Amino acid sequence: MSDGRTTLRRLEPAAIGGVMSREVANFRTYWKGTTFSSVLEPIVYLLAFGLGLSATLVDDVNGLPYVEFVGTGMVATAVIFSSALPAMFGTFVKHRFQNTYDAILAAPVDVEELVSAEMLWIGVRASIYGCFPLIVTMAFGLDPTPGMLLVPLFCFVTALGFAGFGVAMAAIVAKIDQFNYVTALFVTPLFLVSGAFFPIDELPEGVQVVAQLNPLHQLVELVRGGAFGFAAVDLVRFAGLVAFAIVMWRIAVNRMEARLID
Amino acid sequence: MAAIELRGVVKRFGPITAVDGLDLDVPEGICLGLLGPNGAGKSTTMRLLTGQALPDAGELRALGHELPGDAKAARAKMGVVPQLDNLDVDVTVEDNLAVFARLYRVPDVGAAVDRALDLSRLRDRRRDAVDELSGGMRRRLLLARGLVHDPELVLLDEPTVGLDPQIRTELWSLIDNLRSRGRTILMSTHYIEEAERLADEVAVMAQGKIISRGRPAELISQHAGRQTAEIYAPPERLAEARIVAEAAGLRVRPAGPAIAIVGSERSNGEGVPEDAVIRAASLEDVFVLLTGEEAE
Repeated sequence: MSDGRTTLRRLEPAAIGGVMSREVANFRTYWKGTTFSSVLEPIVYLLAFGLGLSATLVDDVNGLPYVEFVGTGMVATAVIFSSALPAMFGTFVKHRFQNTYDAILAAPVDVEELVSAEMLWIGVRASIYGCFPLIVTMAFGLDPTPGMLLVPLFCFVTALGFAGFGVAMAAIVAKIDQFNYVTALFVTPLFLVSGAFFPIDELPEGVQVVAQLNPLHQLVELVRGGAFGFAAVDLVRFAGLVAFAIVMWRIAVNRMEARLID
Repeated sequence: MAAIELRGVVKRFGPITAVDGLDLDVPEGICLGLLGPNGAGKSTTMRLLTGQALPDAGELRALGHELPGDAKAARAKMGVVPQLDNLDVDVTVEDNLAVFARLYRVPDVGAAVDRALDLSRLRDRRRDAVDELSGGMRRRLLLARGLVHDPELVLLDEPTVGLDPQIRTELWSLIDNLRSRGRTILMSTHYIEEAERLADEVAVMAQGKIISRGRPAELISQHAGRQTAEIYAPPERLAEARIVAEAAGLRVRPAGPAIAIVGSERSNGEGVPEDAVIRAASLEDVFVLLTGEEAE
């Protein structure tokens, strides 16, 4: 307990750690189901797209076996689905249905710390789940490389950005079914033009420009860089993901302050 | 020193003024009951004190901290028990407490959890998930969660709303125990009996302001006199009795299926029917006279 003369600072590790400990306590009650689907999904996708398409339509993409092309691309799909969606639905449910945030904000925790903790926790989780498709692809013939050790970091930074996006959306929408618009307008297009399933240089030029602004595409390229060799531009890609995470963090904090403080 | 000092506090939500020039002092070591009907501004006042609502005007201090600027430091020394159950239902009892012990920066989380489990009499259910507990146990846990850091000031927002009488009585004994240990308590309620039993002083709130304040006995004596006459009869006869009583200068209020003539000892034999049931004046009489609302 504070001695009362202590002025509490911004972004205190104790506050952020306390909020994250709540997430960990809850995660212990549902980790099996979440982890099961996170492992099974890439296997199903690899069987369907990788083996199915490579046996019938596509042998390789830019010299890479299609299974390995899809397997490395699916890291990005795992990251967006384990960051943007849990952030949207989790934040909405905790705020509007469970009143969890009222309880937390009655303790010495402010909205900035609350949002930061939620984003960090989602980032940590997504950095682990993002690696599963890569590990599964190894069973389909992908060779491990030292560059792959950076994949959790790439996933973490990207997931922070998408967690911030999800938290901000949860603060903006009035009803939970409005997430259908968010998913249809943002999440699905980002996922489809990420270059996970087909190279974006086959797309119309305008779409290619848009795809370059897609953080998921940058993640896909970084993961493939880790697996098959980095290029100098990958530093710019990483810097772009860091900037995306910072911008989304500030937007999420701003929107949640407007939502949580009367 | 006052634990809470509010001066001219105003809080508006669009066209609605929830708190309207509120002045309120809560001295250290007392239990103040904030009694008012739904919509009186009690919960908004609580949110202003935790910094979860920002005032449009006025000055607020809690435990020496200016609000809302220093609300985080003030919250470190406050315990808040909310109106709505917002426990983590899939998580164990002890984990619910441990999370909040960490949020409040308690140095020895294990000891704080044990103390809270003893307070809520849930030591033998510590490893059970919250959704396995009865309604009464959950309420006790909610109270214990708000006290896990042994706060100097406790804000109880409608602590027993919607509970059955047995659970309410259980919670009253826990709150009374807290009061006897010298904690400063601000308790909002719209239950008269709760305020009467637990509060050292009662502040009656309506339309965002305190309209009267004092010890329950003082408020009764000041506003309701010594005795109240209740008349139970068909509606036509109640209407007639009301006219007669008011003509005799007596104050009359609705009381469910009856009417109550407040301060009936001043009747001088006029205005109070012979078949009226005489009882001691109560805080309920004061509440209804001051707020115009039926009591619960």
